[in-house]
Amino acid sequence: MHISRSIEVLVGFFVAIGFVAMFFLSMEVSNLSNVGGEEGYDVKANFENIGSLKVRAPVSMAGVNIGRVKAIDFDPESFEAVVTMNIEAQYNQLPLDTNASILTAGLLGEQFIGLEPGGEEDVLVNGSEIELTQSALVLEQIIGQFLFNSASKE
Amino acid sequence: MLSYLQRLGAVSISMFERLGRGSLFFVNIVFSVPSVIVRPRLLIAQMHSVGVLSFSLIVISGLFVGMVLALQGFYTLSDFGAEGMLGVMVSASLIRELGPVVTALLFAGRAGSALTAEIGLMKATEQISGMEMMAVDPVKRIMAPRFLAGLISMPLLATIFSAVGIVGGYFIGVGLLGIDEGGFWAQMQAKIDFSEDVMNGLIKSVVFGWVVTWIAIFEGYDAIPTSEGVGRATTRTVVHSAFAILLLDFILTALMFGDI
Repeated sequence: MHISRSIEVLVGFFVAIGFVAMFFLSMEVSNLSNVGGEEGYDVKANFENIGSLKVRAPVSMAGVNIGRVKAIDFDPESFEAVVTMNIEAQYNQLPLDTNASILTAGLLGEQFIGLEPGGEEDVLVNGSEIELTQSALVLEQIIGQFLFNSASKE
Repeated sequence: MLSYLQRLGAVSISMFERLGRGSLFFVNIVFSVPSVIVRPRLLIAQMHSVGVLSFSLIVISGLFVGMVLALQGFYTLSDFGAEGMLGVMVSASLIRELGPVVTALLFAGRAGSALTAEIGLMKATEQISGMEMMAVDPVKRIMAPRFLAGLISMPLLATIFSAVGIVGGYFIGVGLLGIDEGGFWAQMQAKIDFSEDVMNGLIKSVVFGWVVTWIAIFEGYDAIPTSEGVGRATTRTVVHSAFAILLLDFILTALMFGDI
C-alpha cells in the first residue's frame, strides 16, 4: 500500500505535538521539575502535636521550599509524633540548633514545617535530630483557652 | 410466563455469546500485533485517519472546555477569595477527569464510529471475505493496525486536550479575569503531582483508547452485512463506548483516588 509523504509528515507532527503536550504537563503543570530525584538528607524532629500535617508537605526556611516531609510516625514511648524531613542536598549548611515549627499557610491553607536557623557551627547531617520544635497551633485549643481566660477574669 | 423466561434466556445467551466472541476477537488481534510492527506503514496510515483527523476536534474542544472551567471556577472560588487556586482547579479537573473522559467520548464519536462504518462496509461489500480467499488474514491486515493506532492515538489526544485546556484556562484566568500569573502556575505546580495526577490520567486514557477501539472494530467486524446492519453497528459503537468509558472511569477513579 502506498501512502503519501504528507500523511507521514502529518502523523509525525501529531505524535510530536502529543509528546510536547506530555512534556508541558509534566514540567510546567505538575511538580516533576522541582522533585529533583530522591537525593538530599533526612532529618528527624519530634513534635507534641502535628495538627493536620501531611506527608509531602513542604519544608521551608525563610519562605523558600528546601525540602519535603518524608514520613510521619508515632513514638509509643514519648507519645510524640516523629516527622522525617527530606532536605535537598544543596542546603547542607543548616546549623544543628535549627528550630522547627509547624505553620499554616493562610487561615485555611495547608500546614508546612518552617525552619529557623540557630547559631551553632555544627550542621545538620543525614539522621540528625532537630531538638527545638514547636507544635502546630490547633485552632480549637486556642479558642478554648481564650474562652477559659475570659471566663476566669470575670 | 414461560415465553418471557425463554426470551430472557435467549437475550442473556446471545449477550454472553457476543461477549465471548468479542474477547476471542481481541485475543486474535493481540496476537496479530507483531505483524503490524513488521509493516509500520499500515500503522502510519491508520494513525492518520484515527489520530490526525481527530486532532482539530480535540484541540478546539479542549480549548473551550478549559476556558469554560476557568469562567465557572472563578465564579465559585471568588466567593472564598481563593482565585489563586483557579489554576489548580482547572488543571486537576482536566488532567484527572475531563481530559481522558471527554477525549474518549469525542474519540468514540469521531474515530470509533468511522472505524465501525469502514470495517462494516468492507464486510458488506465482501472485501473481507475476498481477502480471506486470497489467503490474506484480515485481522492482521485490517484490524490490528487500526487497533494499535487507536491505542496509541488516544493517550496522545487526551494529553493534548489537557494541555490545550490548561492554556485556555490560563488565557481566561490571567488574561480576562486578572488573576496573578505567578500564582496561577506556582499553585498548580505545588498541587499537581506527576505520578498521582498526570500518570493516572494517562493510564485512564490508555484504558479508554483500548476499550473504544476494541468495541469499534468488533462492532464493524460483527455487523450484519447490510446497509441497515452497518448503520446499527455504528450507533451501537458510540452508545456502548460511552457506557464503557463512564463505567470504567468510575472504577478507575475509585481505585486511583478513592482510597478504597
